[in-house]
Order: sequence, then structure tokens, then C-alpha cells
Amino acid sequence: MNKELKIFGVVTFFTLFLYWGVEPFAHSQMHKHVESHGFTYDGTADIKEAEAKLAAAKESGNKVEKAEATAKAKKEFWANVVKISKLKGDPVAGEAGFAMCAGCHMDGAMNMGGVIPPSLNHAGSLYDKNYLIALIKNPAMAGNVDHKYKDTSMHPMGSVSSMITTDQDVANVVAYLKANKAGELTTKEAFTEACERCHAMRYAKTTQLGDTPKFKYKKDELKHQVKILEEQDLVKAYMGKLPPDLSIIIRARSEHFLETFVENPQSQLAGTSMPRVGLSHEGYEKVKEYLTEIGDPSKPAREAIGPWVILFFIIFTGLAFLWKKEKWNGHH
Amino acid sequence: MANFEKANSFNQWMDQRLGVNTIKKVMQTEYWIPKNINFLWAMGMILAATFGLLLISGIFLLMYYKPDVNLAFDSVNYIIMSEVGYGWLWRHVHGVAASVVFLVIYIHMFTGIYYGSYKKGRELIWLSGMLLFVTFSAEAFSGYMLPWGQMSYWAGMVITNLFSGGSLEAYGLVEWIRGDYVPGDAFLTRFFMLHVLLLPLAIIGLIVLHFGTLRLPHVNNQDGEEIDYEEAAELYKSGNHKDSKVIPFSPVFLSKDIFVMGVYFILFFYLVFYNFQFAMDPVNFDPADGLKTPAHIYPEWYFLWSYEILRPFSKDLGLVAFGIAQVIFFALPFLDRSPNVAPASKRGLFHIWFWLMLLDILVLTFMGKLPPTDALFANIGLVAALTFFALWIALPIITKLEKKL
Repeated sequence: MNKELKIFGVVTFFTLFLYWGVEPFAHSQMHKHVESHGFTYDGTADIKEAEAKLAAAKESGNKVEKAEATAKAKKEFWANVVKISKLKGDPVAGEAGFAMCAGCHMDGAMNMGGVIPPSLNHAGSLYDKNYLIALIKNPAMAGNVDHKYKDTSMHPMGSVSSMITTDQDVANVVAYLKANKAGELTTKEAFTEACERCHAMRYAKTTQLGDTPKFKYKKDELKHQVKILEEQDLVKAYMGKLPPDLSIIIRARSEHFLETFVENPQSQLAGTSMPRVGLSHEGYEKVKEYLTEIGDPSKPAREAIGPWVILFFIIFTGLAFLWKKEKWNGHH
Repeated sequence: MANFEKANSFNQWMDQRLGVNTIKKVMQTEYWIPKNINFLWAMGMILAATFGLLLISGIFLLMYYKPDVNLAFDSVNYIIMSEVGYGWLWRHVHGVAASVVFLVIYIHMFTGIYYGSYKKGRELIWLSGMLLFVTFSAEAFSGYMLPWGQMSYWAGMVITNLFSGGSLEAYGLVEWIRGDYVPGDAFLTRFFMLHVLLLPLAIIGLIVLHFGTLRLPHVNNQDGEEIDYEEAAELYKSGNHKDSKVIPFSPVFLSKDIFVMGVYFILFFYLVFYNFQFAMDPVNFDPADGLKTPAHIYPEWYFLWSYEILRPFSKDLGLVAFGIAQVIFFALPFLDRSPNVAPASKRGLFHIWFWLMLLDILVLTFMGKLPPTDALFANIGLVAALTFFALWIALPIITKLEKKL
């Protein structure tokens, strides 16, 4: 008996050592470490990135001035955002400003410069306050994708700064969003408003054009498919490639990767054209829940059945032990 | 025709026609197993049970899987996971069992090495077991192609490329294996056939052979003791269970097997329900894309040690080393020159050899997953690969020097 336990101990030790080596240890070495910052946005990560690029530029002696200017601009920009976030916004005054937003962000909007402007119905709870301020001040900087618009092109939402001009106006519009556009939202709404202008989700039968309806006639179905393809072509032209379908992204990426990627796509995929989404913690939880519902639908069933199966085998093992004891009786 | 008397029971009726009582004696109640064994002797039955789980879960998956490059990914990840009742359970059982079966195979193998269960009369047990290991490996690899994810595609690309033979540049052979220039529909459908028909048939045949090879030399025991089975069996049958050195396979040995199996199933289903990710690589949840190479391409954990033997050398040398590593374990009964059948702990230098080999395989396994771009890991991998071959070269020498017990 003692010998059996000793052997069991040896087998267990080597099994766990093996597991540690090929799973936790390997993954810690294979992926770069990215710190999560709890879905708060003050530009720390952006400034760090810009400074790292500056240091690299200085070392190679290439484009030092440009890198210097970028780092400086980022610092000033985010300092200003933090300053505005301390202003007291007036939601009533903000409504007038929001009317400007609603000119594009409306139901049934068409593609404008790359994507369909998303609905802002729950923007107040879906997005972080600092991010919203940053977005209105300078969408490219807020999304940490200013590198895409360096030369001649302009962010499709770039004209917003000529519509909402003063810092107080920005604070007012954000106050309006936080007060009036912050209702409870479903997990699906969270995904639709935050992700769907770029990402389809075929397992939920939804695309950049929203849920795919059922058609009575094949030709209507095909017409709709053509519309989807046309919309996807526009998104592709704007983003460089068609952003991936997110049907099972929840299983294709680790939780930590998804979290830090959504907070700041550049941190995990330097140079990507995906902008920061600016989700609040609450908003991210909703989106993640939806990704789980669609991408890992067996989770509730697993959790419901698991304990019973384990319990069954514990009882099975107990009975088997008694049977073994009886059969081996008188053998030693 | 033989004269058949009227049978008084179903058992007698069956016995007259099929000899079931004889079969029962031969296979169960008078199939003698040494008493001096520990739970590691149950690994064979655990492997048989795991193979059973793979077969049953595989049959359910087979009913919904679609072997077509346009349909395969979604048939696995959507139809089976979302639309088929308990499809997720069959898939997770299949995935976890495919991984765990190799853990048990390795435990089974190292048990055999430790106790010297491949020697003098037991060579065929070892050889048929090694054939099973190879067919299980092929089965695992072909199964890995089927979900047609990124890792399926790129692992398929890398492994079939090995058949170009390095500087031989036998790309014609590679194309012949793939049925195309790159992995595509023809590739997927032939690996599907191998996975669900040819290889399982071979495995079932080899399992029968493996059991057959056990019959005459009998199972080894904890001390490698030679047992007079006839005498021990007579003693047992006379009712002296205490002094007999053997037990019948059924029900005495089986009762312990089933208990060990119960413990194993608790662990197994814990993995199925709560920790299945280790057996289902996240990279394979991205659909296959021939234009996008994943950042890291690595095989499942059970192939890592041999993959690491391939990597640290130059192209041709690596292939030769890899080829040798695949078959060298077959030679174990012939490279071990010592006549001693005993646990490694009693065999002097061989004891050290055993633990070094185990550790070396673990180090190779760890390094096999890490990116080779890291110089430290690459060097550790190289040393471990060289150690692997040094150990095999040393084996006949140290076992020749071994004192007879």
C-alpha cells in the first residue's frame, strides 16, 4: 500500500511537471507580457509607446524629429483630455452638441468613409468617459491609430472637432451621453454598437449590416448577400483587410489577450489598423458575455452537468474499491 | 455433425456451440496474473478504456463532421458545438481523450522500461506496443487535420514537408502525399479516411496482437521474478490464495483495474468539464488560412520531444536525427544487453540511465514548444537532443557491464 502511494506520488509529480512545462511555462515564454489597465484611459500606454519609438528612432538616427513630435503631441493631447474630464459638463447644453453627432450616428445610416457610423444609444455606459472626450477632440489620437492618418487622409470622424469646438462643449456632450444614453443594454446590443461596424459574427447570423433576415425568395437573399459583400468591400478598403469574424474569437484568444487587445490594440498587434474601442469595464463585460454566448455556448451545460458526472465517478470508484477489497480478501 | 444433447440452460446451449466456458477460462478465470504488481499494471486496461471512449465519441462526431475544406471548420465549431445535442460533450471527450491517451501511453512505456518488461521472451510485447504507439501517433496527427483550423493546416504543411527529405528535394513525394501542391481538399479527405477507417482498423488489429503477445511470456511483476505458473495456478485452484503467487485475471485482477479506472475517470472528466483547453489549442480556433502563417507552429505536447530533436540540427542532420528518434525505442530489447529482468533500481547504471532518459525527454518536450529564436532555449534543446543520442549509444555498453543478479 505504501509502495503504491509512493509510486502514485512519483507519477503525479512528473505529470504535473510535464503539464507545467507545456502549458503555463510555455505560454509565459511565448507571449509578450502586456499589462492590463482596467479599462481606464489616460494615454499612459500611448505615451509609453511613442517614447519607445522615439528611443528607437534616436538609436537608428532615423526620423527622430517626427517621433519627437508624435511623443510630444500625445502627451499634450492626453493631458488636455484629463483636464477636460475635470470640467463640469452640462447635459442640457450638451444636447445641442449631440444633435451634431446624430447627423451621422442615426438608425439606418449608410457607410461613411469606411464604416457605418455606429448607434450611440448606449454610448454613455458602453464607453469610458475619458475615451469619449478624447474621441471628440481627436478620433485618431483617441483610437491610437494616428499613424494611419499621418499623411493626407483624414479620419472619417475628423470633422467633429469643427462642430464641437470648445473644451466646455466637449464636456457638455459627454455629460449628455453619460446622462441620457446610458441605459441598460443587452449583450447583443453591446456587440452591435461596439464591434459590428467592422466585425461580422456568422455563428450569430449577423454582419456589418446587422442581423441577416430570412428571405422568402432566393433572389432577395442573394441581393442581400451582395449588399453585405459591398459593405465588406468598403470596410476592407478602409481597414486594409477585412476584420476577422468574431464567432469563436473567445476560444481562439486567451482572456488576457482579448482584454488588453480591446483596451489598446497596438499593445498586442503593433501597427494594426484597428482603433481602440474605448469600452468601459462594464461595456467590455457585456461584449465578452456575448462573445461567450455565441463562441462557447456549452458553458452553462458544462457547468450544470460537470459536478454530477464527477460525483458519479466518485461513487463508482468507492464501490469499485469495496469490490476490490472483497475480491482480494485472503490474498495477502 | 457432432452429437448435440438437449441443453438445460442458455449457458450450456452456448457452451455446446461456442465453447464459452472454455473461452471464459482461457481469457478470464484461468488467465493468471502475478500477484506482486502495483497500479501501474492497470495502465493497459486504462488505455483500452480510453480507446473505447475515443471510438464512441468519434462515432458520434463522425455523424456530423463534414470533410470538405469549406465546411469542415464550421461543422466542428458550429454544428457540433451549437446545434447537435451534447455535441460539445462528445467533442471535448474526444479532444481530451486524444491528449490524455498519450500521457497514459508514456506512463505505460516507462513502466515497461523501468521493470525491464521487454526482455527475454517479452520482446514481441514491446514491439507490438511500439507499433501501437506509432499508429496512435498517426491517428492523432490525422485527427488533428480534421477541424481545418490554422494549426491543422500549418502542422499538415510542416509535417508533410518533412517527406521532401531535406536535400533530396523529393517534392514529388510531398505532392503525392498531399494530393495537391499545398494542403487542400484532397489532403483533408484522405486524412479523414485514414483517421476514421484505416488507422482505427490497424489499431484494433494491433491491440489484439498486443494482448496475444502477453499470453505465453505472461505479464512481468514488480521484482522481475520468474514464476512457475503451472505450480502457482494449481496452488490457487486448490484454494490457497494466500501463498499462490498468481491471481486470476477475472475477477481478482479486474477488480483492481476497475478501481484504478475509477480514479482515472474522476481525473479524466474533471479535465473534460473544467480544464479542456490544454487539449484544444486556441490557434486551431482560427480557420485555416494559407496566406497567414501563425506566429508559432508547434505540435501537440506528445510530439514535442521528437520535434525538438528535429529542430536544433541542420536540415539534413535534423531529419536523420528525427527519423532515428522515431524508431530507436523499437530497438530497446536488443540494445539492452543485460539478462537481468529487474526493476531499474536494482540495476546500477541502468537506474541512472532510466531517470536521465525520462528527464531528457521532459526537457526536450519543454523546449519543443518554445520559440527557437531564443538562444538559451535553442542551446538547451541542442544539448538535450545530443544527450538523447548519447544515452542510446551508452545503453548497450552499460548494460553489458551490468552484473548478473
